[in-house]
Amino acid sequence: MASLAVPKPPARTRRSLGGGVGPIGLGVATLWLSLIVLLPLAAVLTKSLEGGLGGFWDAISAPSARYALLLTTAISALVALINVVTGTLIAWVLVRDDFRGKSLVNAIIDLPFALPTIVASIVLLSLYGPRSPVGIHLYATKPAVILALAFVTLPFVVRSVQPVLMEVDREAEQAAASLGASGWTTFRRIILPALYPALLGGAGLAFARAIGEFGSVVLIGGGIPRDTEVASQYIAKQIETDRPASAAAVSVALLLISFAVLFAIRWFTKRKDVG
Amino acid sequence: MSTRIALRSVALTYLGVLVVVPLAMIFYRTFEDGFVAFFESVTTPAAISAISLSLTIVAIVVPLNVVFGLVTALALARGNFPGKGLLQAVVDLPFAVSPVIVGVALILFWGNDGWLGGAFPVIFSLPGMVLATVFVTLPFVVREVEPVLREIGTEQEEAASTLGASRWQTFWRITLPAIRVGVGYGVVLTVARSLGEFGALTVVAGGVAGESQTLTLLVHARYIDDHNTFGAYSAATVLMGLALVTLVLMTLLERRREA
Repeated sequence: MASLAVPKPPARTRRSLGGGVGPIGLGVATLWLSLIVLLPLAAVLTKSLEGGLGGFWDAISAPSARYALLLTTAISALVALINVVTGTLIAWVLVRDDFRGKSLVNAIIDLPFALPTIVASIVLLSLYGPRSPVGIHLYATKPAVILALAFVTLPFVVRSVQPVLMEVDREAEQAAASLGASGWTTFRRIILPALYPALLGGAGLAFARAIGEFGSVVLIGGGIPRDTEVASQYIAKQIETDRPASAAAVSVALLLISFAVLFAIRWFTKRKDVG
Repeated sequence: MSTRIALRSVALTYLGVLVVVPLAMIFYRTFEDGFVAFFESVTTPAAISAISLSLTIVAIVVPLNVVFGLVTALALARGNFPGKGLLQAVVDLPFAVSPVIVGVALILFWGNDGWLGGAFPVIFSLPGMVLATVFVTLPFVVREVEPVLREIGTEQEEAASTLGASRWQTFWRITLPAIRVGVGYGVVLTVARSLGEFGALTVVAGGVAGESQTLTLLVHARYIDDHNTFGAYSAATVLMGLALVTLVLMTLLERRREA
């Protein structure tokens, strides 16, 4: 079906090589993407393998590096999980509930995307930092890192679940309710299965965002090695202290984790669609 | 009914604790000593230079992203060539790469010990900051424009060229008007992300006050190096104001797109 959506005028096979922009346009686009994105990333890969696979392994299994990678992965998974619960809840309230100021709440969801990450960090510090007016001091603790990541990943699950929730068949729900199913049973048996792909997709994006996050964590997290230092902070520190090979190796490890998760989710949701 | 109220309360409390109250707090801290103190704090020479550097980067990045983004979107939406799937994946790559890794990549490619052997002195100067910002904002215009291009199809363009319009005429009179909302949306996203970029810039920018310090780097430097919490809050409030403008523009464009 998807291929039908792309009209291919048969009389124009010569020009369709690069579409409306021709082969030159295609060349320009390829060159642009290579120079900006692909070649610099390739430079990271080659640098990480400068000392062979052994050197790569040594770099990522140095105590602080390994700790940072494990901490980042674990906290990102936790944050994705938190988002699955709170994101579904918020989407539910936005779709099914009705109250004054709902459209304002709906707009607030996008704020974390619009706000610079460093602002996110300082915003959370003003309330939960050293001068906290409510007496909650989270500076340089793991909960602070979780809080910062929950802030920046807030929109992902909400925005992926919300449209699906709007489309869910209300009749099946009413039928279930009339047959005596409780609200929770109806949600679990009727609505949740329909939400699975959207939930997985949203959680995957939240995880991928959290695992590479830097700006929102940098002020409130404290960056204490083997305590609250996340992988991106570790990488930045390696560059500062002029250890580019180590920075490159941890970068590649981080990218591999994030790609693996994104691919697994794409594969899983595709299989779900077919089955 | 009571479940509904309970769910609503939990959702609103979460948003309040996570987003609304912290935001209100920073506004309060910024303006607790009055507007004058805020104004003086964001008009120091270092702050003015940071604001103008941030805007300069935006002014360079946006046209680059629009031009190359349109070419890429056209190639992806209309073209049929081997390796198209790969090109699609490369366009999405910047979303999956940590900003810090972007900085590392630029140093290892453009830097003195990098692939190009420092032939182009871009690191720690404006070109390096522009390259970093272009990297992180590259998908926006492409991803906003490409689906619109697919949707409008090629019929009108073909009609125009049958009637003797040149390729440029077809592009300016037919294609561009049809995709302008998509382009606008992509530009707004690019501006927001450019102003807010921090991670990649901490690696490639020198961060020297008055020279290579953007607004986001200024917030960080004031908080960490100068222990000037109020100054950091003020600069963050300027960034928040810019983000709010972005959000309003996004909502307006969203309405136009749906209309």
